[in-house]
Amino acid sequence: MYNAYKENSLRLNQDVCNGCGMCMQVCPHAVFALEDKRAFIQYPENCMECGACQKNCPVNAISVESGVGCATAMMYAALTGKKEPVCGCSKSSGCCNNSCG
Amino acid sequence: MNSTDINPCSCCLKKTYDTLTIRHHWDHFLARIGILRSHHRVAPGLYRLGNPTPTSPVFVTANYTLSFDALRSHLKGLSAFILVLDTRGINVWCAAGKGTFGTRELLNKIRQTGLSDIVSHRKLILPQLGATGVSAHTIKKESGFKVEYGPVRTADLPVYLKTGKASAEMRKVRFTLKDRLMLIPVELKNNLALLLIASLIFYFIGGWLAVAGIIAAALTGLALFPLLLPLLPFPNFSVKGFLLGSIPAVGLGILQFLSKPDLAVGQRIVLSLPYILGIPALTAFFALNFTGSTTFTSPSGVRREIYRYIPRMAGMAGISLLLILLLIFIT
Repeated sequence: MYNAYKENSLRLNQDVCNGCGMCMQVCPHAVFALEDKRAFIQYPENCMECGACQKNCPVNAISVESGVGCATAMMYAALTGKKEPVCGCSKSSGCCNNSCG
Repeated sequence: MNSTDINPCSCCLKKTYDTLTIRHHWDHFLARIGILRSHHRVAPGLYRLGNPTPTSPVFVTANYTLSFDALRSHLKGLSAFILVLDTRGINVWCAAGKGTFGTRELLNKIRQTGLSDIVSHRKLILPQLGATGVSAHTIKKESGFKVEYGPVRTADLPVYLKTGKASAEMRKVRFTLKDRLMLIPVELKNNLALLLIASLIFYFIGGWLAVAGIIAAALTGLALFPLLLPLLPFPNFSVKGFLLGSIPAVGLGILQFLSKPDLAVGQRIVLSLPYILGIPALTAFFALNFTGSTTFTSPSGVRREIYRYIPRMAGMAGISLLLILLLIFIT
C-alpha cells in the first residue's frame, strides 16, 4: 500500500547471527525472516531505520544508521547547525509533532 | 548507593484504574489537536492496577497520557503493575527514538521503585515499539529482568496475554485511514498562525483569489495529502505533493486567467504563473514535512529527498514571489 524508499542503511552479518529471532520480534515492518536458524533480510525496502533490531541483537549482527525520518527535524538541524536530531520535541526543537504511534 | 536508591513502602505505589472518565477523554482530545502540547503527562513511577500480588505481571509504558491510558484501559479486570518511565510527556515510539524511553531510564526506574523487592518474578512486558530505545539483553544483564516485547497496539494485549504470543500481524505497525485522519487537526493547528498571516498579506496583494491560493495549498498539503497518501504514485513525498498540488494550482491559474479578460494574453499568463508554480511548491513542502508523522519513512530516504527537492521547491516559490513583486510594481 505504501511505496517506501528503495535504499536504506540496514545491514545484517549472517555469519554472526545466532538465530535468536529477536530482530523478527521487534521489527515493526516484518523485514526479517528466519531460515536454517539464521536471520535474513526478506523485505529490505520495508526498513524505516528505526534501529530496534540493532539495539536488541545480542550478538551485534545488525547495523543500521537509525534515526527518525522526519524532514522538519532534519531541516531544523541543518538550518541551526545542530546535530541531526531524533524525534521527540525537546524544549528547543521545532521538531515533528509527535503524532506518530 | 545514591539518593535515588530508595526502597519504597507500598504507600509510594500509586493507584490507577482500568476505566477512563470524561476528563481523560477531554485530555486525549486536546492532545490530538495539539493543545497544551507538553501537559499531557502522568507522574512517572510504579502504579498498581486492581489488586496486584508479587506474581502479577509488570507492564512498562511512557508518561504520556495517551500511552498510559491506552495501556490501562486495555487491561480490563486485570491486576497488574504499571511502570511509567519519564519520557517527558512523549509517546512510546517517539520517546524510544529519542532514547528517553530507553535502556538507562528503564534501569533507573527499576532501581528507584525497588521493583525487584515488590515482585517475585523477573519479567517485564514492554510495548514492541519501545524496542527502538531499549536493549533487552542489556536490561537482563544489568537488572536480571527479562524484557518481553508485547504487541504494537494495546488493543491486542488481551489476546497476547491469553496466548502468550504476538502474531505477525500484531507486530506490524499500520497507517490506516483513521490514523491519518487523526493527524490532520494537529497538522492544521501547527500551521494556523502562519496561514492567517500569509492570507492577510496575500489579500492585499492579489485579493480573494490569492487568499484562495494560500488556503488551497495548505488544505491540499495538510489535509488532502495525508488522506490520499496510499493512493498517490511515486515513493518520494515531495513528488506526491507536487502532483497533488498541481490540481488546485491549474484550477486557480485558469480562474486567474479568466478573471482579467481585458488584459493582453501574455499579461494574463504571467498573472497566472504564481498560482501554477507557487501552490505545488507549498504543497510539496507540507508533504515532505509529513514524513515525520508517518510510520514508515526512513531517515536516509528523507535526507535524500530534502537535498533533491527542497532546492526545486525553493526555486518555484522564489519565481512566484519575484513575479508577484514584479506585478505589484508594474500595476
